[in-house]
Amino acid sequence: MSKAPVLEIRDLVFSWPGRAWHLRLADLSLAPGETLFLHGPSGTGKSTLLNLIAGTLAKPGGVLRVCGRDLASLSGAARDRLRADHLGIIFQQFNLLPFLSMRENVLLPCRFSRRRSQAAQQRFGSPLKAAETLLQRLGLGDAALRNAPVVELSVGQQQRVAVARALIGAPDLVLADEPTSALDTALRDEFLDLLFAECTAANSALLFVSHDLTLARRFARQSSLARLSQGAVA
Amino acid sequence: MSGLIGIALRSLRNRAFTATLTVCTVALSVALLVGVERLRLDTRDAFLRSVSGTDLIVGARSHPVQLLLYSVFRLGDPTNNLGWDNALRLRADPRVAWVIPIALGDAHQGFRVVGTEPDYFDRIRYAGDRALAFQSGRAFAGGTGDGLFEAVIGADVASKLGYALGQSIVVAHGTARVALQKHDDRPFTVVGILARSGTPSDQGVFVSLQAIEAIHLNWRGGTRVSKGGGVIDPAQLQPRTVSALFVGLKSRMATFAIQREVNEAREEPLTAILPGVALQQLWGLLGNVERALKLAAAAVVAAALMVLLTTTLASLNERRREMAILRSVGAGPRHVFALLVMEAGGLALAGAVLGLALLALALQLAAPWLQASYGLFVPARWPAIEELKLVAGVLLAGVVVGLLPAVLAWRRSVQDGMTVRT
Ligand SMILES: Nc1ncnc2c1ncn2[C@@H]1O[C@H](COP(=O)(O)OP(=O)(O)O)[C@@H](O)[C@H]1O
Ligand SMILES: [Mg+2]
Repeated sequence: MSKAPVLEIRDLVFSWPGRAWHLRLADLSLAPGETLFLHGPSGTGKSTLLNLIAGTLAKPGGVLRVCGRDLASLSGAARDRLRADHLGIIFQQFNLLPFLSMRENVLLPCRFSRRRSQAAQQRFGSPLKAAETLLQRLGLGDAALRNAPVVELSVGQQQRVAVARALIGAPDLVLADEPTSALDTALRDEFLDLLFAECTAANSALLFVSHDLTLARRFARQSSLARLSQGAVA
Repeated sequence: MSGLIGIALRSLRNRAFTATLTVCTVALSVALLVGVERLRLDTRDAFLRSVSGTDLIVGARSHPVQLLLYSVFRLGDPTNNLGWDNALRLRADPRVAWVIPIALGDAHQGFRVVGTEPDYFDRIRYAGDRALAFQSGRAFAGGTGDGLFEAVIGADVASKLGYALGQSIVVAHGTARVALQKHDDRPFTVVGILARSGTPSDQGVFVSLQAIEAIHLNWRGGTRVSKGGGVIDPAQLQPRTVSALFVGLKSRMATFAIQREVNEAREEPLTAILPGVALQQLWGLLGNVERALKLAAAAVVAAALMVLLTTTLASLNERRREMAILRSVGAGPRHVFALLVMEAGGLALAGAVLGLALLALALQLAAPWLQASYGLFVPARWPAIEELKLVAGVLLAGVVVGLLPAVLAWRRSVQDGMTVRT
């Protein structure tokens, strides 16, 4: 069961309504705990792809399975549930709700998913303890930081809070949409170290998309949207 | 979904300034709307309770509402008086329990003088079955003896003019505000002050029918022909006409029969009214004013809801991030929809609660003034069903108003997924 891929894509085709542009993906699959760097210049459809995997858009053509579930067969509400239960998502920036505290931001997935909440409880005793432990490990355990409004955190700190939020309750797959592009080079490496460590700790697979090829060397496996789409049946 | 309430609250708190302004706007409009309704209910109440225990009011032939206005509210003047023999005939009727005559036409400092009998204070009831009570003193003596020039004054008369027992007052001829002719040859002494009842009796100056006759003894056709002051012959004080008769019956069953008999009396054209029915009629006439007020208040509420709509719509753009983040952690478009509806409903609810509190405070502060200036008694009380229905209407409207931004956000979150396009 655990050998079944967390992500399976074949002959995926998607286009935005009223647009000529197409996203094509012939074949892509991700095993549990596996890490993949997916490269693509700006506008090639990286964010669109992550949206499709997360099930937040209309369904694409072709095969798209997340944690063994065929998204095409799921209702909108079921896809929302699947995302809440199995996916962690990190954006490029502005990941946090400004009116919630750091801890509440991290706890958000547990509000929407009982599964995540229970997983956090099993590993750490309670979702709150899970959030605190994660923040601690990500270097955000400072008492002074804890009560500060999240908008006062630096970009690097905000991105780390986003990692904690994506990984709370150990989701099967983490989708990261250029999470380092707002960080400078020194912070970038530190951020990646933490991200990898946490994904390993939670045994979560990671799909990391970016236009920045210099990051690729840090990943065991890498690919590019351009290459993946070439295999597609036209 | 319950987790969303917390998020909605925190999100609102983040926009505390505009949220507070919106809540205040809604609160003011709710206070106005419910206030108008409150005044309407309470004035109607006071109004419909202004006379009770009286089965019929008889006057010279006139419109029922006019008869009611001058006999009960002492507004305007009777077109005609009716003969005293009517009082005697009704008193002789075995179906009649009592008859209280009133004679109008004079005034004191703008307050109407009511010539009547001492029984008036026992018979004329209000608010169900409450008798007029004396705050101090007693009823005037009546009859033709020593107490001929005694007067009882209503609570408003006493407080406005600062009168106490023993005060000597002069009655003016006619009911004009500026009295040209005064019965200053026959001053009265205040022997009783009525407790406040919230009825027109608060503004009355009560004397005996005989006293009314006495001060007009040396008058002809509205002017004084000689100075009075000499000895009065009791035989001269027998009233010949009065303005209206309040009639109590032994059994309500006879009401319509007697009303018909009076209305069809051949000796003299008369009108008999059932006070309760006439009060309802008169209130119906006032209904237009009431509706206009209510409409104006409703328009203010609509304006407040537009403010609610505008601020919610205006916030949508800056909150696309918020929606995208919520979607990424598992919220569906329906959550986004619910969030916005809850917000609008929450703002409306807060506004409604604050509005009711504001109204209670305002009425508390204004109550003495309303009582003193308009005789309106507005007691502190919980909202009535009618008022709560209005509040519920406002809440519902708030939620409906929230539907528009909610639908917009819902559509956008279906289209954009969790990416924000700028
Ligand atoms: N919500 C949307 N509606 C219509 N077109 C969109 C939307 N989002 C993205 N696109 C288009 O899809 C293409 C891919 O965009 P995107 O997935 O954001 O690329 P990337 O993340 O690689 O920069 C672009 O041409 C973009 O204009
Ligand atoms: Mg992108």
